[in-house]
Amino acid sequence: MVKKRKSAASNFSVSLGSLKLPNPVLAASGTFGSGRDYEDLVPLKKLGALVTKTITLKPQSGNPPPRTAETYQGMLNAIGLENPGVEAFIRKEMPFLQKIGIPVIVSVAADSPAQFARICRRLSKIRGIHALEVNISCPNLGKRTLIAQDARATYEVVKAAKRATGVPIITKLSPNVTDVAEIAHAAERAGSDILSLVNTFFGMSVDLKTKQPKLGNATGGLSGPAIKPQALWAVYRVRQAVKLPLIGMGGIMDTQDALEFIICGASAVAVGTANFVNPKAIVEIITGIRKYLQKNKIRDINSLIGSLGKK
Amino acid sequence: MSEMPEIIQGKFKVLSNRKMEPDCFKMAILAPRIAITARPGQFVHLRCQEELEPLLRRPFSFHRINGGSFEILYKVIGRGTNLLAKKKKGDTIDTLGPLGNGFNIIRNSKFEIRNSILVAGGMGVAPLLALGERLAGRRNTLVLIGARNKKEVLCENEFKQLGAKVQIATDDGSRGRKGLVTDLLKKVLRNTKYEIRNTIYACGPKPMLKEIARLSSSLGISAYGSLEENMACGVGACLGCAIGTREGYKRVCKDGPVFNLREIKW
Repeated sequence: MVKKRKSAASNFSVSLGSLKLPNPVLAASGTFGSGRDYEDLVPLKKLGALVTKTITLKPQSGNPPPRTAETYQGMLNAIGLENPGVEAFIRKEMPFLQKIGIPVIVSVAADSPAQFARICRRLSKIRGIHALEVNISCPNLGKRTLIAQDARATYEVVKAAKRATGVPIITKLSPNVTDVAEIAHAAERAGSDILSLVNTFFGMSVDLKTKQPKLGNATGGLSGPAIKPQALWAVYRVRQAVKLPLIGMGGIMDTQDALEFIICGASAVAVGTANFVNPKAIVEIITGIRKYLQKNKIRDINSLIGSLGKK
Repeated sequence: MSEMPEIIQGKFKVLSNRKMEPDCFKMAILAPRIAITARPGQFVHLRCQEELEPLLRRPFSFHRINGGSFEILYKVIGRGTNLLAKKKKGDTIDTLGPLGNGFNIIRNSKFEIRNSILVAGGMGVAPLLALGERLAGRRNTLVLIGARNKKEVLCENEFKQLGAKVQIATDDGSRGRKGLVTDLLKKVLRNTKYEIRNTIYACGPKPMLKEIARLSSSLGISAYGSLEENMACGVGACLGCAIGTREGYKRVCKDGPVFNLREIKW
């Protein structure tokens, strides 16, 4: 039987260096677990990729509750990287992730370059991991400075991760910096394959009755539509500063938001907080981008990436 | 263990949204696919608005489950519930559920359900009425309702219609016994008729649940409570609604919201 080919279908796959994605919309780290919790609600096969909750070498219990607080058009979180540790993750979550059949990106965190190298080396032996996202920007660990706030520390961590594995390395940047481009440069020099930005913004909220912070950790990370313009600016800024492919994120709620990041130079986008509001947000955005391409007769999503100001 | 029923997300029709006393509303939602598998103690995560403000969904436990529809009971306290109170019959509402573990009805043997004591503090009656409906006519059910004053005593008649005995405590003494509902529980537990063969099911403010945990463990009675934490995803992914237990942090949305009260680190 001869299948009819839709002549109008646009190319929807993107390549971020050697990382090939069937479409440019990802589930952002920390908002989607390992996908299992969304199995009933979201056709996981349709995701461009799934970025897991951050994994550390040893199990981490996370921060005391309350861990979330709603703010205007946003939310604060201070989960504190609760995770079962890399070995339990490999045992319990990888079989499920391998079965979905989409690119899997494992987010990792550690305290030192050597520890980053260890966890990257361990995970590079596992089948079905397409990239590792080096989370150097979690704002909820009670550290004075984040790795991603220090160009030299960023360089050392990324360098160590690169030496440890052949799997593509994504460096996740923090917006809590004077100049995000400086850190992006450091990651690029150290050999990062891809950059993802932005992680959450430092934030807090106070309960007037008790005069206590609303979060158990006192401070947290702000996400949601409130941060989108700032996140978009960060992508715009970094796009002008480095050549690496970018994954853009920060408050993406719908197709319009996603397209803005792509036009500003992100080769792919990640959707996080929107999943909590609407579990179908990712698949709706994928459909929305397809429709936009068709409507505007754009044959290839790649011609849209970084097309800001072009006709 | 049997497979968990599927979680559904969809826009469902509001059948009614009636104002009760005081600042308290009861909304009925027609959602056969959710109602059919819903169990007492489980909840739905509702989006109170189409816009992005307020941003997050709001969790509400099943108050009544009637075949193809269910009811929620809620108090207007913030931006989300204010919007919810404006919903009218025929409007639709984005509903995610059923979520969470629900109450496990404890049996002495395969067929015999234990006598139950339901302890409700304030809006804590919400999930306990659904449980009362499941327990009705099977064994003796005693319901203890605590409220600030007589106006805020909810669901007394509904529980009585189910054949349950109801006792009331109010902070100001305007109805029933003056004092805390946990004082009422202490009195009841002194009565030999309600002892080890009972199970306590509770919902209400944390200090109330903590006191019930203390009372029940000193007497060796099982006690289960429905707990609350700020919640984001509602499905277990974000780890935002963690609560401290003897086995470490657990997720209120997925491992709960019903916990054996002795497991909780207060």
